[in-house]
Amino acid sequence: MDIERMQNEQPGVALAPGMQSPLASITWDMDREEGESVNRMKATHTEPFPEPVLEVPADMRRSAIVTSVDSLLNWARKSSVFPLQFGLACCAFEMIATAMSRFDISRFGMEAFRATPRQADLMIVAGTVTWKMAVPLRRLYDQMSEPKWVISMGVCATSGGPYYQSYSVVPGVNHIVPVDVYVPGCPPRPDALLYGIMQLHEKIKRYSLTGTPAGQA
Amino acid sequence: MAEAIEAFAPGSVVGHNTRDVWLRPASVLEVARGLRERPEFKFDLLTMLTAVDYIDHFEVVYRLISLPKNRTAMLKVKCGEGRSEPAVPSVYDVWRGADLLEREAWDLMGVRFDGHPNHKRIMLWEGFPGHPLRKDYVTYDQSVTEIADQD
Repeated sequence: MDIERMQNEQPGVALAPGMQSPLASITWDMDREEGESVNRMKATHTEPFPEPVLEVPADMRRSAIVTSVDSLLNWARKSSVFPLQFGLACCAFEMIATAMSRFDISRFGMEAFRATPRQADLMIVAGTVTWKMAVPLRRLYDQMSEPKWVISMGVCATSGGPYYQSYSVVPGVNHIVPVDVYVPGCPPRPDALLYGIMQLHEKIKRYSLTGTPAGQA
Repeated sequence: MAEAIEAFAPGSVVGHNTRDVWLRPASVLEVARGLRERPEFKFDLLTMLTAVDYIDHFEVVYRLISLPKNRTAMLKVKCGEGRSEPAVPSVYDVWRGADLLEREAWDLMGVRFDGHPNHKRIMLWEGFPGHPLRKDYVTYDQSVTEIADQD
């Protein structure tokens, strides 16, 4: 449509047989502004832009990140601890609740519960350990790859709990495997397990390649 | 109930009250088969089999239900007088459900069930010392703790 002719016309005046509706007079100013902006863009953008160049500011060119191998390695390890997917008793339900959306263990990079010990870093002993179950538990621990950690969840796994001095219950899972963190409770709330996991993270951060081997500090 | 049992198995009942019937150990299998198959009883379900330690003897308890007659029965067998080794005949051939129940009673209370086809421990491991639900059982951990407390 001719811009000169549109600018000279008054609103509400018939332009063509098809444009006599009230809507044409209401949008008249908007149409005119749109046409001007389109023509302005067409007149000023006649050449293509060159390829964008990634420029590093001058003060950034001298920057570097200085860190130690230990802190980098420990940061990577603590941020992706994969728990072994197994539970022995009612504590397992609290562990499941910890993994669900309300408490959300994936905030710590731990939502990948591995179904095989060869891909797991952390064994959460959630429940009563009987002497009959101690043998498979130790076998699972031996099959886990280094470095590996153990959380004893609840009083049953920690000391036998209500089954202390029982004929069939292990008086503490530390008789079977070395334990890094004990979480008290019967059963512990998911908050408590998360706190124990955070304590384990603090422990992992203190490991050193030149010091004691991981898992035995 | 006691008279009805005595009618088809003479000499099997040694005592009774309004709820329980005490049987001789030797006649358990005969009475069990009669209660299962005779049309006036039809006790087709063994809901519970357990053992009790009364210190001077043991007692095996059978709880039966007759689904066609809507009746229940409680049979008891005294055995192991004077803490001798208790033994009763197995009722596995009458009720297949007795399989695991008798193995549990053997495992935890040490009652032998003669004629059981797979007579071994069910919960504890092979080589476990003793039967832990007996009154005179002392765990290894308890004895260690008592010695430690005296020091």
